[in-house]
Amino acid sequence: MSDDLQALVDRLPSLGDAVLVTLEMTLGGAVLAMVVALVLGFGARTRSLWVRGPSRVVIEFFRGTSLVVQIFWIFYVLPQFGFKMEALAVAIVALGLNYGAYAAEVVRGSIESVPTAQWEAATALNLGWFHKVRRVVFPQAWALMIPQLANLLIQLLKGSALAFYITLHDVFWWIDNLQRDTRDTFFSYGVGLVIYFVIAYVLTWGMNWAEERAKRRLGRGTRPRLRDVFGLKPGVPTEIARVKGGVA
Amino acid sequence: MNEEGIWSWEKAWEVLPSLLRGLVITIEATVVGMVIASILGLLIALAMRAPTRWVRGPLRLVVDFIRMTPLLVQLVFAWLLLVDVPPLVIGFGVLGVHYATYMSEVYRAGIEAVPPGQWEAATALNLPKGRTWFAIILPQAIRKTLPGLGNYAVSMFKETPFLFAITVVEMYSAALNFGANTFSYIEALTMVGLLFLIVSYPTSLLVRRMEIRFA
Amino acid sequence: MTTASNGTPAIEFKDVVKRFGDNVVLDKLNFSVAQGDRVTLIGPSGSGKTTILRLLMTLEEANGGLILIDGDPYTHEYKGDRWVEIPEKRRRLVRKRVGMVFQQFNLFPNMTVLENITEAPIHVLGKSKKDAVERAEQLLEQVGMSEKRDFKTNQLSGGQQQRVAIARALAMDPEILLLDEVTSALDPEIVADVLGVLREIANTTDITMLLVTHEMQFAREVSNRVLMFDHGKIVEEADPETMFTNPTHERTQEFLKAVLGR
Repeated sequence: MSDDLQALVDRLPSLGDAVLVTLEMTLGGAVLAMVVALVLGFGARTRSLWVRGPSRVVIEFFRGTSLVVQIFWIFYVLPQFGFKMEALAVAIVALGLNYGAYAAEVVRGSIESVPTAQWEAATALNLGWFHKVRRVVFPQAWALMIPQLANLLIQLLKGSALAFYITLHDVFWWIDNLQRDTRDTFFSYGVGLVIYFVIAYVLTWGMNWAEERAKRRLGRGTRPRLRDVFGLKPGVPTEIARVKGGVA
Repeated sequence: MNEEGIWSWEKAWEVLPSLLRGLVITIEATVVGMVIASILGLLIALAMRAPTRWVRGPLRLVVDFIRMTPLLVQLVFAWLLLVDVPPLVIGFGVLGVHYATYMSEVYRAGIEAVPPGQWEAATALNLPKGRTWFAIILPQAIRKTLPGLGNYAVSMFKETPFLFAITVVEMYSAALNFGANTFSYIEALTMVGLLFLIVSYPTSLLVRRMEIRFA
Repeated sequence: MTTASNGTPAIEFKDVVKRFGDNVVLDKLNFSVAQGDRVTLIGPSGSGKTTILRLLMTLEEANGGLILIDGDPYTHEYKGDRWVEIPEKRRRLVRKRVGMVFQQFNLFPNMTVLENITEAPIHVLGKSKKDAVERAEQLLEQVGMSEKRDFKTNQLSGGQQQRVAIARALAMDPEILLLDEVTSALDPEIVADVLGVLREIANTTDITMLLVTHEMQFAREVSNRVLMFDHGKIVEEADPETMFTNPTHERTQEFLKAVLGR
């Protein structure tokens, strides 16, 4: 075990870079995914079939083909058609497109759950379409979106581990190296999974905080309790759980 | 590579049989994985309702830990650790456990969606607790979980290619093997993508119909 | 029908048709409202009253006919003998003259009371922030909501929300104000407050008002014309005094008897 710790200490300096690569993929992928989601999500609910049709096709395509296939296809096959990208770019593009397609459904669904009356009130004030969306509808939809987007963000982080197989030196790569150094699978992978868990936890806090903030803007926020921000699942309806009692 | 162009239909046709063999493994893994996930997920959901936080707390931590760390890393971890277990079995197990943590959330939501009046009625009839669960609560809760189960089955299907990392020859590995032998990665990888689409799109349409019916 | 002294009616419906699926809600409806008129639409639910207001706010699309605001075509016009839609850009110019207050208030929950009122004047009318805030404060004073200026909308009661919604509509300086059952969603003891606010507006401005309401006493006080609707047609039209005390049409008599409970 002390050998393990020594190896871990030796490997620590490179952990920073590895975490950075994983974070770059996760956040880069998330930003791209959000752009894709907004374009496709709004595209999928326009009245014009010429916009709606292609949006739906793209969404279903990236949801339907596996992320694994997509990332390797972009990495191995696309260069043969003359599009060569750096591995990091490949990872970000694949993660962004794949999770963007999922997030597009979240965006569409949340926009649709904003009451029609809000659109109507905005029309009655003669606001233009873009203005209605930006100032009235989106801020309300945003609060609904965040929990589901938080979920996707964690999925995206987990998916980023694939990047190890397209030569990137991410956290998985670091775990693999630690395992080679120590020959102790349990130790190295245990440490590695904890690192992923910590990253996921921090991202979840961030999203919980964003959700509380969005809710407060809608005047629905009670002052956020620490539990809401630091808990992994915000807003668990404790009162319901209490009514129903324990396990049989 | 091919002389006439980048894409060769001949190669695409050639790779198909081995891909279909891979597809069988892929579907097998999905089905077995989902069975494990459904049963284990329910057990987790029930255990989460234990009256003492000494059960709930640690269980919550374990579930979150599995849920929030990469499936891929978990697979490789289990594979390296359990050298004597066949890779496919490891695949079944890890997929099953990973998705059980998702399914437990689906069950929890399903159980909580049963109106309080149902519990009150059961109490009023003086039904024993076990009977209340099995005759009244679970049948209603599980009906509500079917769309969730369907969604996760589709999602697991699309995550089975991760098994390539532990030498299971599912569809994606089959394509890689073919590519390695013939240098025709384009056809092999593209066909895999199309096969995934062909299976998962109709299935997800089915699940969406289910969602509407059970909503 | 009544027309104003300068001739052009504020609102004019010409053969307006509105269908929802097979259900014909308005069947070639013709009527006009003069500038400064206060017109109340009454009639059983489903008779098309609210649809008229929603057409005037472009929340619904007509299936035929013309709607004119101050003589300007609004949502559709005839090019030759083709009935064509008017593009959004031109509609907005006309829509600027129309404001609406909804049954369910429809305040924006992501904005404060003040922001609800200043949003459109700043971004649609292009007022400076200072002017918009000044005007908003004056309107809030008028509807008795000054001290709630910086509240979020769902911290307010229904009656308070409706008063803010009225201020929001007035902030756009509409020539025509549509009031769609504005007191129907309110608790009975609050209704009088909101009606008081509206009464004051009616007495101090010359805004053309078109109201759908079940408050017959209020309709009698503020309006100068009452239209009785049934199945998408006007069955009777009169001044409030006549309509409420001595209606001629049988349908009107039945309806008023049912509503007034006498």
